[in-house]
Amino acid sequence: MSQKIKDATIPTIPLGARIQRWVGRNLIKIYAFIAFTYLFIPVAYTFAFSFNDSGKSNLIWKGFTLDNWKNPCGAPEVCNALGNSIKIGLLATIFSTILGTMIAFAIGRHKFKGRSTSNLLIFLPMATPEIVLGASLLSLFLVFKINPGFWPTVIAHIVFCISFVVVTVKARIASLDPRLEQAAMDLYANEFQTFRRVTLPLVAPGIAGAALLAFSLSFDDFIITNFNSGTLTTFPKFIYVSAARGIPAQANVIGSAMFFLALAIVIVGQLVNRRRVR
Amino acid sequence: MVKASIEARGDLRLTRLTKTYGDFTAVDDLSLTIPKGSFFALLGPSGCGKTTTLRMIAGLEEPTAGSIHLGETDITTTKPYQRPINTVFQNYALFPHLTIFENIAFGLRRRGKSDVKEAVEKVLNLVELPHLAQRKPTQLSGGQQQRIALARAIVNRPALLLLDEPLGALDLKLRRQMQIELKWIQKEVGLTFVHVTHDQEEAMTMADTIAVMNEGQIEQMGSPADLYDNPETAYVANFLGQSNLIKGTISGNDGDSQIVDLYGQKISLPKSRSHAVDNSTYAGIRPEKFRISLLETPVKGNVLSGGKIEDVSYIGVSTQYQVEMPWGQELMVFEQNDDGVAPFKKGDAVNISWEPTFTFGLRGDEDATAGSEVAPEVLDEE
Repeated sequence: MSQKIKDATIPTIPLGARIQRWVGRNLIKIYAFIAFTYLFIPVAYTFAFSFNDSGKSNLIWKGFTLDNWKNPCGAPEVCNALGNSIKIGLLATIFSTILGTMIAFAIGRHKFKGRSTSNLLIFLPMATPEIVLGASLLSLFLVFKINPGFWPTVIAHIVFCISFVVVTVKARIASLDPRLEQAAMDLYANEFQTFRRVTLPLVAPGIAGAALLAFSLSFDDFIITNFNSGTLTTFPKFIYVSAARGIPAQANVIGSAMFFLALAIVIVGQLVNRRRVR
Repeated sequence: MVKASIEARGDLRLTRLTKTYGDFTAVDDLSLTIPKGSFFALLGPSGCGKTTTLRMIAGLEEPTAGSIHLGETDITTTKPYQRPINTVFQNYALFPHLTIFENIAFGLRRRGKSDVKEAVEKVLNLVELPHLAQRKPTQLSGGQQQRIALARAIVNRPALLLLDEPLGALDLKLRRQMQIELKWIQKEVGLTFVHVTHDQEEAMTMADTIAVMNEGQIEQMGSPADLYDNPETAYVANFLGQSNLIKGTISGNDGDSQIVDLYGQKISLPKSRSHAVDNSTYAGIRPEKFRISLLETPVKGNVLSGGKIEDVSYIGVSTQYQVEMPWGQELMVFEQNDDGVAPFKKGDAVNISWEPTFTFGLRGDEDATAGSEVAPEVLDEE
């Protein structure tokens, strides 16, 4: 009896409403799929063409080969350029991270005359157009009779990396509870031990993030490098120059390898983090 | 110097301690001795200077003037890590990047102690959390974090343990339980505890001696029973529990007692409990000390007649009455419900009586409402 009434009163949902409901439930997924596709098509393209049996120009698919991956340094100059980029990147990262972290502590932790001015000045290299920064650095080097090359490039990279390091590390310092340092002092740690045992470990993730950011900014940079490197070839410069006559497939190999390396670092980092929480 | 201060033991003496921030005086000429081995509470509302006092004892703030001695050693300007003093912070301040074990071992390792493992395990057993040694602080509940913060401090066997509103973040039930545990641990380890709180019930439950603070100064100091039964100021009378304060004039003496005239009715007040400086006074009586009786019932002791019951609130264990007196003041009376029912009803004409020895006398020029409007439940960030 009650069953009958129930059956009779359930209205059938019209098809239009059902489609609408399905779209409503899955819209986010559809949107995410489109967004990720948009982001990753260039990466997929680069990866796919690293297997192209291209010959001179790597613009048209001519057939599958593993030769490029077996011999990534096959194209003239490509590995030399990569080596330069890595060297410049590491040096710029080390110096900008050390200097930037020290500046971040000074601005974030101490009150001194001219603090807000320094805070503002630190932002300037970030706000200046790269082309202006690159050109003015070059003229500065020339005024001091320093020829463009490896070290001027390193110095130029440190200049623009420092700002990013300061901003990143400062954010981490600002989120640090000062009572933790007071607790350390209360528990017989002197100033240095407090810094080493409590402050530094707690700020370390911010410093590591800043270092990664600095490296990728330096590795990526073309405009400032182009002004200050003279005859030295970096990886971005190599790609730019060879784009005119067709980028060798080895460049795709190196690009893809860098991408997967970065991905691996992120995944390992996440796993370590998850483990630590547990 | 470092070695001498870290090994200092004995009573804590604050002498004319003052701390000002610009125009604001947080602690004002405070002198105080806290005997070794006692459980001492600094009680007061937000902004009364109790946390600032604690931070100066810990070495986290430098006094503007005055000195701090531990035994015979002057520790006024020594660094926090050179003092044999540890703090349980209000938000516990456990190191999030270290395990519970390493949190507790932190102080021992900094001082290069041997047998760290044994000491940590022992204190973990004391706070009944030995199974959490390898966890991180964020994986613990509030109550567990509180106990670890306590363990991290007492494992160092400091001469003095400072507790800054340590139970403020816990819910009521857990707070009551931790009050009892803290008291027990203090007896067990025999350290001097200085406890800062705005919660008068908490201070009274745990402390041997309470100092009530107000505007950077100590209002009164004594055992919980002393402060409650014989408050010296209206502030203390109102901040600790509730009080009925009736304006009066001291009209004469009778042996060890004073005769006080309250709106024409004479009562007796023991001289030892009178803090008046001239003839004008407030007679104070706690609500539970009053007895209500119908007009025809004969009563002994101090009597005020002409009352009329204005309001009756039955709250199980007792009944609260508001009794309006002929001079317009409403007195609060708590009666135990010994017989199960509230015997009086609204509109009854009654007398109020009490034992003369329960009366206390305050200065007549005081503000009778001092200390009653402060909201003690507001957590302070001084």
